[in-house]
Order: sequence, then structure tokens, then C-alpha cells
Amino acid sequence: MEQATEAPLKKTPLNARHRASGAKMVPFGGWDMPVEYSGLSNEHTAVRTRAGLFDVSHMGEIEIAGKDALAAVQRISCNDAAKLAVGQAQYSGLLTRQGTFVDDLLVYRLAPAHFLLVVNAGNISKDYAWIADEIKPAGDAVAVDASSRYALLALQGPEALNVLQPLTGIDLAGIKYYWFAHGEVANVRATVSRTGYTGEDGFEIFVPPQSADKIWLALLESGKAAEVIPCGLGARDTLRLEAGMRLHGNDIDETTTAVEADLNWIVGWKKDDFNGAAALREQKASGVKRKIAGFEMLERGIGRHGYDVYVGDVKSGVVTSGTQTPFLKKAIGMAYLPTGHTAPGSEFDVDIRGHRTRARVVPMPFYKRAR
Amino acid sequence: MAYPAGFKYTKDHEWIELAGDRGRVGITDYAQQQLGDVVYVDLPEVGARLKQGQSFGTIESVKAVSELYSPVSGEVVDVNGALKDKPETVNKDPHASWMIAIKLTNPGEAGALLDATQYQDLIK
Repeated sequence: MEQATEAPLKKTPLNARHRASGAKMVPFGGWDMPVEYSGLSNEHTAVRTRAGLFDVSHMGEIEIAGKDALAAVQRISCNDAAKLAVGQAQYSGLLTRQGTFVDDLLVYRLAPAHFLLVVNAGNISKDYAWIADEIKPAGDAVAVDASSRYALLALQGPEALNVLQPLTGIDLAGIKYYWFAHGEVANVRATVSRTGYTGEDGFEIFVPPQSADKIWLALLESGKAAEVIPCGLGARDTLRLEAGMRLHGNDIDETTTAVEADLNWIVGWKKDDFNGAAALREQKASGVKRKIAGFEMLERGIGRHGYDVYVGDVKSGVVTSGTQTPFLKKAIGMAYLPTGHTAPGSEFDVDIRGHRTRARVVPMPFYKRAR
Repeated sequence: MAYPAGFKYTKDHEWIELAGDRGRVGITDYAQQQLGDVVYVDLPEVGARLKQGQSFGTIESVKAVSELYSPVSGEVVDVNGALKDKPETVNKDPHASWMIAIKLTNPGEAGALLDATQYQDLIK
């Protein structure tokens, strides 16, 4: 997890709202963010059963435009952006030459030669500098850090559509998963994307910063009957983990490749060339020594980020994420394990503060919503 | 939630309810609020000897793991085993959810702990 630096913490346009509402605030990736409103488990359960509202305005937005914008995106982003229609988004990675993660991101195609990349809060300046440099050979394309032009709200949960629909003229049911549409929300121009980081149906709503508070309140008002509640980063983390989604800085980083992270599905294998292509093709062909796997604890305890993993008496890997899930009510996590040991059912030990504690590999995601 | 006037408190957010040379130890309402949903409480065996300020166990919430520190020196004479199966009672009723009972070896130590008013000033 990115920690706050010496610099003063940045604030989203909703900072005053969070503080006035009594949210518990913490530093996260250089930002002053709400970690909890009414309680992590309560918020987590609200998203799984009704809907929850998150301020994710700390996320970064980098736009790439110009005649050769597609070629530029294809270079830096490992997924195949040529597959994106205008109005469609995809999950992807910004990879080093070694195939490891500078960051993970969503790539939105706004227009044939205009893309929006949504990156992690703690990585914005690093990503922007890296992107601006890496796309130079692509030709006529420029990258702009547009983060300050967007506030981003996430309304997530089975009731999300019913709560958002009365506030917008956009036909939400017509937006497919990982597509987006432009329109108005609460009479403010907005881009509504059917995406999220919770494993539930839901929407991420890009709005002008000066209107973020108005839309935040409108969404809570519209969600009153459905008991929609504001949620913090704590629930966001337990929700994404149940859904098996990787967190950059924990599960993936500049030491782990897309193949090791079991994210082959976000690699555009048929693309000509992109950052990390050679390294990943080599790994795909000859295999890797370790791979990420989901696990659940068989004995009492929670295997947490950074805890060592033992197969027999041999230190064999490390836990990258772990929690007690409020919804499934068991201790789950992700760990890098030796490749021969990642099949569901394989058992290993996690060193929990000196106690070897039994765990078992299980398939991810841990939670899958009914469709 | 009220902080019982009869308890003594530590800066680490434990309380102790004294009765003669014995005391029951738990964590404060403020502490449980900071921790959030408690999922495990790991406690010592009866007979364990503790020094004031020494860790006597851990409490784990969904978010994090924290050490539990003994407010006084002494010997553990009882452990609240019910918390093993129902750790969430620490959230619901922190000032009734005692964790260990301790026989004080140096009762003078308790005098230096915070009273309810001082503790509430600390967490303001």
C-alpha cells in the first residue's frame, strides 16, 4: 500500500463532506481519505445486499489524444486497445520491459483517437512521467494529466441502477458491463461507466469537481429508501479482495509479472509489440516459478500482507493481501506460491506472528454475484 | 458510551476494574471504535506472569492486529474464554468484555493509572 509522503495530504472535492459526516479519515497514497463511515462490515454488507457510495476522486485520470493515440496506448498498455469500441473500457496494466507492473488501470476509449486512463492515486505522477516518456516513439500523441478535472464517485451494489436511474436521462440498463455513456446526472454533465472494484453491479461516475458534492448528496437522497450508505476505503479493500481483484502495491507491483499475477487475460498476446511483450511471451512459453493464488485459512487466524508462506519447512512465498471477509465470514487472501503448489486444494502454512497456521488454495474469485 | 467511574485506564486504551488485589482487564469503547469489527482475541494461559505494560495477547479486527498491554504487573488467574467464540462482544459491550483477570503483585502501580475523567480528556 502506498504510504503518505512528507508532503501535505491532497484532498478530494468531497473532503469537507466526509469530515462533516464524521467519517474516519486516514492518509492513503498521499491523500486524506475516508477509511470508514458507519463501520467496515456494515458498509461491506450494504454493497453486497443494497448499494454503497464511494468517493474515489483520488484516482488519477490521464488522457492520451492525437492521430497516433491508439498506437501510443498499445505501446504502454498490455491489453489490446484496438478491441475497444468508442464507449467501451478495459482493465489493463502499464508494464515494464520485464513484464512487471508500473501500475494497473482502466482504459476508456472516448473517441477513435482519444483515450482516458484511470490509474491508482499513489502512482499518478510516476505514471504520467512514465507514460509521457514511453509514448514518444509512437508519433502524434500527447498525454495530459487531467486528474484535477475529474471527481469520481462509485455507486456499487445490486440497487445501484435503481438509485441512479431517476437522476439521469441515460438509459442505464442499456450500458453493458465495461461500457460507458455521456449525459447528465442531477443536471450536471457526467460520464457514467458500468464498472467498479467491488464484484457487484454498479457505476463509476465522472463529474466536474465543483459538482461532486451536489451529486454525492443527490445519490444518497435517491438511495434513501434502498438504505444506500456512504462507504470508505476499508470496505473497498475487503470487497475487491472477495471479488479476487488485484491491488497494485500489494498483489502486483514492479517485482511481479502479469503471468505470475495470473492476469494473462489482460495481455494482448496478438498485438505486435508492447512493453514487456518479450518477457511475458517467454514466461508464457516456458512457465514461471511462482504464481498468485487465492487461499482461505483452515485454522484460526488471518494471513495478512507480507506474512511468509511455508510449504513444509521451506519458506516458499508471501501473502500479498488478506482479511476476514465481512460477507463470507472467513479469512481469505492472495499469496505468491511455487507454481506446482497453486492448484485448488493444495495446503500450506502462513507464518502468523510466529505461528504456522494452515491454509488451503481455493479458486478465485472468492465471491461471485448472482447474475 | 459511558466510561465507568470505578475503572482505571491506560494510555494504551485498556481498562482495569479492581477488587482488592485482583482486577479484570479489557479494552475501552474508544479502542474498539478505532479497531472496528473484532474477529479474534488471543489471550494468555492462566498462570502467565505479566509485567506492567507487557503484551498479554493480541486483538485482531478486519482491518488490523493490535497488541493488548497489561495495565499492571501480576499473574493471570482467569481468562474470558467466551471471547474466543464471540469476539464481537468486545465491539458491542467493551466495558463488560473483560479479557483476563489478574492478581496484582504490585498494587501501587494501579494508583498511577488514569481515572475516567483523565482518560476521557486523553481521547478528546
